[in-house]
Amino acid sequence: MATTVVADDTGRAKPRLGDTIFSRLALAAGIIILVALAGVFIFLTIEGAPGLVKPASFYGSASTFAGYVAPLLFGTVLAAIIALVVAVPLSWGIALVVSHYAPKRVATPIAYVIDLLAAVPSVVFGLWGITVLAPKLSPVYQWLEEHAGWVPFFAGPASTTGRTILTAGLVLAIMIIPIITAISREVFSQTPRLHEEAALALGATRWEMLRLAVFPYARSGMVSAVMLGLGRALGETMAVAMVLSAGGGISFNLISNTNPASIASNIASNYREGTPGKIQVLIATGLVLFLVTFLVNFAARWVVTRNERKLAR
Amino acid sequence: MSVTTAPVRPSAESVSFTAARLPRFAPALVGVVAAAAAGLPVLLLGWGVVAWAIVAGLVFLVALPLWARVVEGSRGATDRLVTGLVWAACIVAIVPLVSLLYTVVDRGLPRISSTFLTYSMYRTSLDQEVGIYHALIGTLLITLFAALISVPIGVMAAIYLIEYGKGKRLARWITFLVDVMTGIPSIVAGLFAFALFILLFGPSTRVGIGGSVALSLLMIPIVVRSTEEMLRLVPSELREAAYALGVPKWRTIVKVVLPTALGGIVTGVTLSIARVVGETAPLLLIAGLTTRTNFNVFDGRMTTLPVLIYTQNANPGIAETAGGIRPGIEIAWGGALVLIVIVMVLNLAARIIGKIFAPKTGH
Amino acid sequence: MAKSITVDSLDIYYGDFLAVEGVTMTIKARSVTAFIGPSGCGKSTFLRSLNRMHEVIPGARVEGKVMVDGQSLYDAAVDPVAVRRQIGMVFQRPNPFPTMSIYDNVLAGNRLNAKKMKRAEADDIVERSLKGANLWNEVKDRLNKPGMGLSGGQQQRLCIARAIAVEPQVLLMDEPCSALDPISTSAIEDLIHELKTEYTIVIVTHNMQQAARVSDETGFFNLKAAGQPGHLVEFNSTQKMFANPDNESTEAYISGRFG
Ligand SMILES: Nc1ncnc2c1ncn2[C@@H]1O[C@H](COP(=O)(O)OP(=O)(O)OP(=O)(O)O)[C@@H](O)[C@H]1O
Ligand SMILES: [Mg+2]
Repeated sequence: MATTVVADDTGRAKPRLGDTIFSRLALAAGIIILVALAGVFIFLTIEGAPGLVKPASFYGSASTFAGYVAPLLFGTVLAAIIALVVAVPLSWGIALVVSHYAPKRVATPIAYVIDLLAAVPSVVFGLWGITVLAPKLSPVYQWLEEHAGWVPFFAGPASTTGRTILTAGLVLAIMIIPIITAISREVFSQTPRLHEEAALALGATRWEMLRLAVFPYARSGMVSAVMLGLGRALGETMAVAMVLSAGGGISFNLISNTNPASIASNIASNYREGTPGKIQVLIATGLVLFLVTFLVNFAARWVVTRNERKLAR
Repeated sequence: MSVTTAPVRPSAESVSFTAARLPRFAPALVGVVAAAAAGLPVLLLGWGVVAWAIVAGLVFLVALPLWARVVEGSRGATDRLVTGLVWAACIVAIVPLVSLLYTVVDRGLPRISSTFLTYSMYRTSLDQEVGIYHALIGTLLITLFAALISVPIGVMAAIYLIEYGKGKRLARWITFLVDVMTGIPSIVAGLFAFALFILLFGPSTRVGIGGSVALSLLMIPIVVRSTEEMLRLVPSELREAAYALGVPKWRTIVKVVLPTALGGIVTGVTLSIARVVGETAPLLLIAGLTTRTNFNVFDGRMTTLPVLIYTQNANPGIAETAGGIRPGIEIAWGGALVLIVIVMVLNLAARIIGKIFAPKTGH
Repeated sequence: MAKSITVDSLDIYYGDFLAVEGVTMTIKARSVTAFIGPSGCGKSTFLRSLNRMHEVIPGARVEGKVMVDGQSLYDAAVDPVAVRRQIGMVFQRPNPFPTMSIYDNVLAGNRLNAKKMKRAEADDIVERSLKGANLWNEVKDRLNKPGMGLSGGQQQRLCIARAIAVEPQVLLMDEPCSALDPISTSAIEDLIHELKTEYTIVIVTHNMQQAARVSDETGFFNLKAAGQPGHLVEFNSTQKMFANPDNESTEAYISGRFG
């Protein structure tokens, strides 16, 4: 050993060349990640900033960038919220079946099938959405317009193709179910057996046991699962671009063709005809989307770390 | 030990364990009754099977808890209601998956043939056969280059985080940014590559490698996360054993740590490929669209399978016979089937690799 | 009126694995019964079959009879939830609900049945249960603090308070002191002494002295051989068990000679 390690006068071993190179490489890879992310922000800003202050003609019927992006942002959020409203209860239900209700030999295949759902590419979901789901929903929308037209959501006129924001939201829901389910399932099954048995030994039914021992423990995981699902739903492009036939401005009418597109789907559908100036506007909207999803994901992490600290106490 | 108030005591009267309960066959009975009850309006109003299933399900979900409420009280009723609801959630979620897989196979399979897989869409005369060969090549090459970019960066970054960066501020930043990257919408990754390439090479640049760059942005966080996890599982005694033999740190990592974690890393990489191989939006922006087969990622447009599906569906062309299926739609479904098969195979491969290389404990 | 428990040739399974075989005994009301025996011989398993907690584990089942006060626990008509209300349980490791205050922990079981409880009534139950568990004086000023903030011994007494707050007939304790220091242990032993005037108590312990100190009757479980199911070797008054047991292996175990 003494022959290979040369100690300098501080007593520290002089690093070998191999070690130096390797650790520098590892460091470089880490720094590339920093740079890449900074790059995303910088390039989107360089190319997108001019899009914020174009002449009114670039913003379609609106006259300012804010006026242009607001309905798109609304469409993005509305579709995502529809998706969450549908997907969250379903996902928690499935997660509970897998973690607490089904016997193992049923739970494993269910978990597998849901993972399969996660693997389906979004463009295939989009294809299925317009070919299968939308036509199936169209009569339902007609029915809703006739019988529940007094509810603002179903005011109509019902779309004859079924390619509405509600359909898009439902497709998104199916797409985010696996995400929310996977995380919730994990936290549900990590509940200490000890606490579950404490509840059962007090004479709790299964549902009471879940409320008493499992949910309090899993709460932060459930919240962050929802947030991550929301992040995915906000950013999803193709399914919305394919399913939604957009037109019109801010409206809570879910079953007609008067809803705005989402930011992502708007980019995908319009980039091709785009002149350079128009594309700058699109990139600027992309920057807005990036910031929104960033905030949502950030909030999700924050909930988790805050709660980890709380449980650690 | 003086107890001032009267202590809690077991209640004096004799108690019964036989709380009134619904008979064991109650759910089955209610199920049959609900199915029959739902059949009535369906027959009268001529609704379909779907409507019947929905009505039957709702009747069941209301009737069983109501009955339980009468017999068992509200606690039992709530418990039964929740049990019914969670199972219903499961069934409801599986229906679209089954429908989707069925549709893809049903509509895609007839289109699959050897020409479909080996011909591109470039044709010099109208009666020539077309296929998705160019898109397969495009997907393969773009994904390959994405992997070539992201695997070294991802694995080395994970090595930095686990082996070198412990507790350093920089490492904490990288960890945080990897989290941020996980949440980047794919269209934003596409816009980034797009903005980068048009800034460097002019406004109408469309090139395959641009797609690879965009995809790497989506792959890197997955690779980092999974590699990190695997490296953490490598017991530190193993590292110490190597150090104690006088092996330098970098050789320890290359010869001891990485091989131990290899299975997990390969699984993670495979899953990340499966995740990005179906990406459409970024490639639509930067890799463009062409009907020819392009083998050079550094020059010219490249079609990928997802983009092909999207554009064929959007511009399906005219059916040969009136009322027939439009050719683009057929191609889209055929492509969807091929794409799903690729993704499933990758996922399956990841699982198998994971199983084979799973750390063996004890002999 | 606490209950006596009669067990008749009970076999307990985990799936196909027979863990405990042919146990027959009578546990007297208002007394303390201790179970001793080497690790893995099925003491916990047997204890958990007395309030139908055993079947919580997937695949677990029993064959045979357990009668409490003349009712068979494993009758088809019996509701396991009702059983567990009447037969409370305290676990080896203290397990207060981590997100609840001390106050809410004590009331957790009561809240399941009576959704709306008057504040005064609830306060009364909390005070009486905590006094019953000899914890009142230590926590009366911080009832709204989290239950996890207590020391291990205090947490265990909180769990006992929680168990007796629903006024069960029987209290099952699975090594309630094994995670505790000697001072907390002796506090719990004192508590067991007081509780036995009201409750039927069954306790599993690895500590011979503890069994000798707190119990009136003792059951010794053992494995016939490695891989064989556990069984009840001897069931006698504690005095007799420790002074001159009927069975040789009992004596060997108690005096520290195994096998
Ligand atoms: N959940 C389970 N699934 C399968 N087998 C189990 C399970 N729990 C316990 N066993 C088996 O049942 C047997 C009895 O276990 P039990 O926990 O009742 O022993 P014990 O006497 O309480 O031991 P200890 O003194 O260590 O607590 C053991 O062979 C054990 O391996
Ligand atoms: Mg035990």
